[in-house]
Amino acid sequence: MTGNEAVARGAYEAGCKIASAYPGTPSTEILENVSKYDEIYSEWSTNEKVALEVAAGASIAGARALVAMKHVGLNVAADPLFTISYEGVNGGLVIITADEPGMHSSQNEQDNRLYANHAKVLMLEPSDSTECKEFVKLAFEISEEFDTPVIIRLTTRVCHSKGIVELNERVEVPTREYIKNIKKYVMVPAHAQLRHEIMEENRIPRLKEYSNSIKLNYMELNDSSIGIITSGICYNHAKEVFADRASYLKIGLTWPLPMDLIKDFAAQVEEIYIIEETEPYIENFIKSLGIECVGKEIFSVRGEITPDIIRKVILNEEVIPTYELESVLPNRPPALCAGCPHRGIFYTIGRFRNKVDVTTDIGCYTLGMSPPLSVGDTLICMGVGISAGIGFNKVNEIAERDKKVFGIVGDSTFFHSGITGLVDAVYNKSNMVHVILDNRITAMTGQQENPGTGRNIKGIESSAIDLVALVKAIGVKEENIRVIDPYDMDANKAAVKDAINAEETFTIITKRPCALIKDVIKARKGMLCEVNQEKCTRCKTCIRIGCPAISYKDDYINIDIAQCNGCRVCLQVCPFNAIEEGKR
Amino acid sequence: MVKNILLVGVGGQGTILVSRILSEGLVMEGYDVKMSEIHGMAQRGGSVTTQIRYGDRVYSPSITPGEVDILVAFEKLEGARYVNQLRKGGILIINEEEMYPLPVLVGTEKYPTNLLEEIKEKVENTISVDARELAKDLGEPKVQNIIMLGILATALELDEIDWIGLIKVNLPEKVHEVNIRAFEIGANLLEVTNN
Repeated sequence: MTGNEAVARGAYEAGCKIASAYPGTPSTEILENVSKYDEIYSEWSTNEKVALEVAAGASIAGARALVAMKHVGLNVAADPLFTISYEGVNGGLVIITADEPGMHSSQNEQDNRLYANHAKVLMLEPSDSTECKEFVKLAFEISEEFDTPVIIRLTTRVCHSKGIVELNERVEVPTREYIKNIKKYVMVPAHAQLRHEIMEENRIPRLKEYSNSIKLNYMELNDSSIGIITSGICYNHAKEVFADRASYLKIGLTWPLPMDLIKDFAAQVEEIYIIEETEPYIENFIKSLGIECVGKEIFSVRGEITPDIIRKVILNEEVIPTYELESVLPNRPPALCAGCPHRGIFYTIGRFRNKVDVTTDIGCYTLGMSPPLSVGDTLICMGVGISAGIGFNKVNEIAERDKKVFGIVGDSTFFHSGITGLVDAVYNKSNMVHVILDNRITAMTGQQENPGTGRNIKGIESSAIDLVALVKAIGVKEENIRVIDPYDMDANKAAVKDAINAEETFTIITKRPCALIKDVIKARKGMLCEVNQEKCTRCKTCIRIGCPAISYKDDYINIDIAQCNGCRVCLQVCPFNAIEEGKR
Repeated sequence: MVKNILLVGVGGQGTILVSRILSEGLVMEGYDVKMSEIHGMAQRGGSVTTQIRYGDRVYSPSITPGEVDILVAFEKLEGARYVNQLRKGGILIINEEEMYPLPVLVGTEKYPTNLLEEIKEKVENTISVDARELAKDLGEPKVQNIIMLGILATALELDEIDWIGLIKVNLPEKVHEVNIRAFEIGANLLEVTNN
């Protein structure tokens, strides 16, 4: 099982009844797997804040609830996090954060252990798939025993590594009685002051004591010359390097840290190394105790830690090069797929490069920034495409730059946090352009349903939010809305031109499902574009749409039939009509 | 003793399926197995890597560079990219398939010529195969990955593992026959090479 599958299994075995999430690498598969258990109500929530609030409500109502998100998702959910920490729980509440040291698919590598410290929420950190399952089960128990939410922090290598996991039966935990208690569950100042006192004076001292005694925090005493204090995946890397040639303090409960245990361990070893990815979280705590140790002096705060890095920085053992090639190897960055519905509109916006700035957003369409499309000037976080454009466009006006800002957002991201930006734009009379790319799926994370798709996480039919009606209801005038098929290059061009000339908030909605959706693949199976080599002048205009199916090799333009889905974007941009529809 | 296998390819080539069959086989054989994948943006034509480690007790899922025992490359350029991970004397199983990355397609970078020749010259134990051509003979271009699995299975020399059974478990019935044939082609290919 992967760590993500094991988390889902742990929730199942623990009698969890409610689970919510917003997809995000590397956490997505947690809810995908939870949703396979019919005993658990599961949902894709519109964003992480909503997801945490759904789970928090379920907890207060008395059921065991789990919520999962990627690390940056916890920023979105930080508002409820800090206050649910005051309120505590009724049914156990477990919050999963999947951090991404190394940023394989993320925009930053923040260390969410600092959230535990900041929001004063107990945190567990499993090292492998077996621990993922067991820690989730234990987390529900701790949550109920200490009346606190529990955060479980994973990292990519824990989420996406597989190990052998033994399964147990599900234990049905009855839903607890809900007793109205506004002093506990309604956080007005008077109640919050009371809860804060209970948290600081009662819960946290108990948790600090618990952290010293819990079996998740333990010493492995071997050779005493090197003592390693570590948590998460780094424990396995350290064991790989040192095996029995070092002693270990493995920390499974990372907030609050086990002060007495650390002091005890420090007294038994000569030199202490802290092996932890990203921030010096454990290290700073240990140094605050006046204990000497070595951590970020030799390890980077950037990127993942691997066994070879540990060997290098602690043992001065360098990796010995084996086979080195002289050939210069081209990079292989991710790219928009052949037949991707985003390509046509991006190509068109790119044609107006000197008239347009683009604030883009998080999703497949971020890839539009890469050459040759090169559409995208800034990207920060989910939902930013719509709202950063308001400020950007305003400055263009003040500075009298003759440039219009296009804010790009996908359907799922629009529901996540784009709507509020659009409301702001209409309310504050921004004349920026919003481009909502509706491909009817949450594509980048691997095809999840969302409020626009008409299906829920289990694939069961549900209400589909009508994007066009929603945009109208927000107040974008009908004459300033264009709903187009992004495979139609004439429609793309007309819409972009109108948008540039508009003097009010303008919205383009492109409607065309993702080329990777199974039904789409099936429906387009026979479709194909071919190069008529007699007409082709090798002008390479078609190459400029950045389609991975089109190549220029040995002085011929070629379309790879295995990839082509006959979207006809290349056919429409070819100035010599040298691309034609073919048949399989 | 821990053995390290690294699978590399391009998103969509079926490396994940091969790694799943492989790890299931190793678990059934009684090994401790750890497997780690990076596939975040790989679905969009990026590089995909899967690390598999097996032995009596495996701690870290990460392979140290220069310690790969068998490198299986589903695409030539990706094989070239990772040969420096191979240990001296390790085995490289490489598909001659060329998939142009976007910078090559748009002409800003070049797909190197003579790559296979350079690899063969430097890496002693290179097994190269034109899996696309072999798959075409079978009438199913998608089975290139299972041909590669066949070669890998033979190279592993773990004869007890019921690879055919695992293929059946992991694939729908209608494609069993063609995939089993693909596996056998791969497996026999290495035997022929060995002789």
